[in-house]
Amino acid sequence: MSLMGLRRHADLWLLGSAMLLCCVSPLKAEVKNSEHESHSSSNITGVPIVTFKWEHVEGPYLVALWVLVCFLCKLVIEANHHVTNIIPESALLICAGFILGGIIWGADLQQTFKLTPIVFFYYLLPPIILDSGYHMPNKLFFTNLGAILIYAVIGTCWNAASLGLSLWGCHKGGAMGELDIGLLQYLLFGSLIAAVDPVAVLAVFEQVHVNEVLFILVFGESLLNDGVTVVLFNVFDAFVTLGGAQIDAVEIIKGIISFFVVAFGGSLLGFVFGLLMCFLTRCTKNIQIIEPGFIFVVGYLSYLTAEMLSLSAILSCVFCGVCCQKYINANMNENSVKTVKYAMKVFANGSETMIFVFLGISAIDKTIWVWNTGFILLTLLFIFIYRFIGVFIQTWILNRFRLVPLEFIDQLIMGFGGLRGAVAYGLAVMMDENKIKEKNLMVSTTLIVVFFTVIVQGIIMKPLVKWLKVKKAQQSELTLIEKVQNRVFDHMLVAIEDISGQIGHNYMRDKWKNFEEKWMMWLLMKPSARKQQDHVFNVFHQLNLKDAVEYVSEGESRGSLEFIRNDSAIIDFKKKLGDDILDAMPDVTADTSFDHGVVLPDRRDPVPSVSLEMHQQVNGLREMEGLNSHHLLQEHLYKGRKQHRHKFSRNHLTINTDEDEVQEIFQRTMRRRLESFKSAKMGMGPPKIISKHTKKEQQKQKIQLFSDCGSYSSDFEFSEADSASGYDPSYSYRSGGGIENPAFMADLGPVVPVQIPPWLAEAELHSGAVSPSQRAQARPPLSAGDLRRLAPLRISTRSTDSFMMADIPAAEQRRDSFDLPPPPPPPPSKDGRHQ
Amino acid sequence: MGSSSSSLSHIPDGQQLMGETGFSAAHLLRLHERFELLDKDSRGHLRPEDFEEIRELTENPVGGRIIGAFFPPEKETLDFPSFVRILAHFRPTGKNRSRDRTQPEPANSRTGKLKFAFKLYDQDRDGKISRDELLQVLRAMLGLQVTEEQLQSIAERAIQEADLNSDGAISFDEFKKSLEKVDIEHKMSIRFLK
Repeated sequence: MSLMGLRRHADLWLLGSAMLLCCVSPLKAEVKNSEHESHSSSNITGVPIVTFKWEHVEGPYLVALWVLVCFLCKLVIEANHHVTNIIPESALLICAGFILGGIIWGADLQQTFKLTPIVFFYYLLPPIILDSGYHMPNKLFFTNLGAILIYAVIGTCWNAASLGLSLWGCHKGGAMGELDIGLLQYLLFGSLIAAVDPVAVLAVFEQVHVNEVLFILVFGESLLNDGVTVVLFNVFDAFVTLGGAQIDAVEIIKGIISFFVVAFGGSLLGFVFGLLMCFLTRCTKNIQIIEPGFIFVVGYLSYLTAEMLSLSAILSCVFCGVCCQKYINANMNENSVKTVKYAMKVFANGSETMIFVFLGISAIDKTIWVWNTGFILLTLLFIFIYRFIGVFIQTWILNRFRLVPLEFIDQLIMGFGGLRGAVAYGLAVMMDENKIKEKNLMVSTTLIVVFFTVIVQGIIMKPLVKWLKVKKAQQSELTLIEKVQNRVFDHMLVAIEDISGQIGHNYMRDKWKNFEEKWMMWLLMKPSARKQQDHVFNVFHQLNLKDAVEYVSEGESRGSLEFIRNDSAIIDFKKKLGDDILDAMPDVTADTSFDHGVVLPDRRDPVPSVSLEMHQQVNGLREMEGLNSHHLLQEHLYKGRKQHRHKFSRNHLTINTDEDEVQEIFQRTMRRRLESFKSAKMGMGPPKIISKHTKKEQQKQKIQLFSDCGSYSSDFEFSEADSASGYDPSYSYRSGGGIENPAFMADLGPVVPVQIPPWLAEAELHSGAVSPSQRAQARPPLSAGDLRRLAPLRISTRSTDSFMMADIPAAEQRRDSFDLPPPPPPPPSKDGRHQ
Repeated sequence: MGSSSSSLSHIPDGQQLMGETGFSAAHLLRLHERFELLDKDSRGHLRPEDFEEIRELTENPVGGRIIGAFFPPEKETLDFPSFVRILAHFRPTGKNRSRDRTQPEPANSRTGKLKFAFKLYDQDRDGKISRDELLQVLRAMLGLQVTEEQLQSIAERAIQEADLNSDGAISFDEFKKSLEKVDIEHKMSIRFLK
């Protein structure tokens, strides 16, 4: 097993390195050759059939190849789970970078490919930042914003200042020998290396699953302090340029002001771009295909604009993502939202991979390495120590104001999570060699710090989290009761704050929520999206969708959907079943048997015409069960229907039909649940709903259905119309009198004649004979035949029109609409056991 | 601190309340101020009407229930100690000041908080959240955005999720169990100002 893995590993490596050699070593020769070729080709009189034009594609080709190589590295690394369990992926990617760098070095004897600041800051970093902002858990982020800001701003300044001053002190003390570095340059170095890196931190913390508060603190800090560190770096860079002599109090104050302007200006700009983005997605109804593109373009523009205005680009991009997420997710089509999420992850993950690989590659370069033991070791030591000191002091202050104080263990992990990353390296490379004589020493120290923190601390982090028993994130399942309860808690806290008369956190949040609902939503959200904003309801929706999917996949895995009736559904139903339903039982069973007879033959026609694909899937089933499955598939396997519809509108995306489908699944499931519950609580009738679906309409449909009884499409149209009408059918049924079990009339199917014609009766007999399993689920120990004979009789005693119309579809629905909730009541004895 | 403990003597049973609820003297003083502010006619007790004076509370979907929680059945008035005792449910859980074994269940413990939340639903105080009781709360919170039958199915599903013994209602134990993974200590706590 491991040998296989190794071999595969080796294969891929060979592949990767071969590709690399292809693209690297012949490169130079190729360029020269092609020059010759192009020169000579002008001499040739004939038309060349093919020519080799490397220089035409060189740039993009190399980029694409490098992306491919980096991705391959990740692929190889991720294929070895036992390794990634111990060593974090980021560390392995850096090591892969070392190897690749070694290969290039071996081929070229110099480092042709490096991580340049331009590439890093303009192309690789923005996707990561935007992704972090967009996927930020908003509530958590804003709840802890105060703490995050303190860690990010004060913590970073503390790190920068303490490191710079300590190094300078040690320098003065003579610990590093001869170095041409002044105090300002030390501070510059301190500021560039002060920031915890979001890329490195995320890469490690995502794997260890610490609790969400700790995660958001570390992550939020790392994200924001990147912005801070860039600002600090720029300020000190300006100071260095100015030279020590020129700096007076005014300049320092200017520096401080610039710090705040840059940071807050960047955030504000991001906010503005976020609003712009929301506003744009509000109007993209007709161009849904490129809708996701807006997010990326505007997000990137927010980054570039901030850069242009010399504001903090990172902060701008973060806040752009944070602000827009809620609204664009509501505004955009569900598919677009998914597209954005996935594309975001693809870009971010890809960039991250490339950053780490290139960090490794960049390190293999003789020219940058300057070794100064004192400087490097002291830097490592100070970074480590001051990070802990900073975290402890700040947390001590914060804990006096926090509702839930941060525990000591959490603080340890926070301190230990101070990983430095590519931002520091990017800044280090950006330093001006003319101004800072020891640039190379700083670059190599930065690299060592990055490697040390990412690799060593990254490896230790996981065992440490385990050993310290850090509270891990609860992987809770989505449950409705929890969501409802959370909502109640929110309201409750606001109320308690009101009563106790204080303006606290919850009060502010409530005010903001009101403001948001009143103005922001009105401005930034589509009217249709505004209505679907309820969170609890959305959760409910998701749960129902999940259920529907589970039913289908479960059914597919068993080869039949029979189980739905036999296991889960009936158990569900039985669970609810009280004594009171027993009275109604004979009628229920009568209904059941009645529709057995009527529906089955009627259904035979429409099914084959639905979709070939669906038919194929059913093929494998036994013929006896075939009919059953057809119904269930019709109910659940929405795919078939979608494809069926595709034929008519190939040029359009299926977005809208998809929506209908989702809506439909949802409504059905929901109704079913409701029905089953109602049937359990016999006394409770469905609520009166204002119904736009009038009798006339029903009649119309009835006629239509009679005319083309076999048409599948009309069947579906009908059910859609029905779902729009809410409870109308069952309601009219009620008013018709003599209702026993409203559960049995959720969906209307095609209306069938009331009397059973002989041919139907025959077929019904037949079906009764051939499908015992159906029978088994639907039949209490009473003789089925008796009841069936009873059924028409019962119906004939009823007179109202509306009843006639509603009853039959309802009965029909028994068979047809998937039989989940309303199986017949179990026999009394059994029922007693369930009580 | 000396001045505050001297003014603590204004408050009836001040010291005892501190020990019982875990509020500090400063907290109690502030709450007492608030109590007197709410008690406009200086009767020394609050009535539901006094709470309804708080405008924000009337806009709160569960506001009425919260008010109800302050008034035990067949009691129309609320004195300061009861007021504080109920607010004590919302103190952050943590190391309680009094490590007193005679009070096994402080109000701000997890169970204490949950009991309070449970009572908000359980209006008829039969120890169970019935479907209707849940529905009422849902209706108040979701309101117009969701239709009645959707509400009903949400309520039904929520009950199904929590209902372990299949009696169609949520008992306190089931309630507690269903919220096992929720960080109640955090979600039902506020930081009382001093």
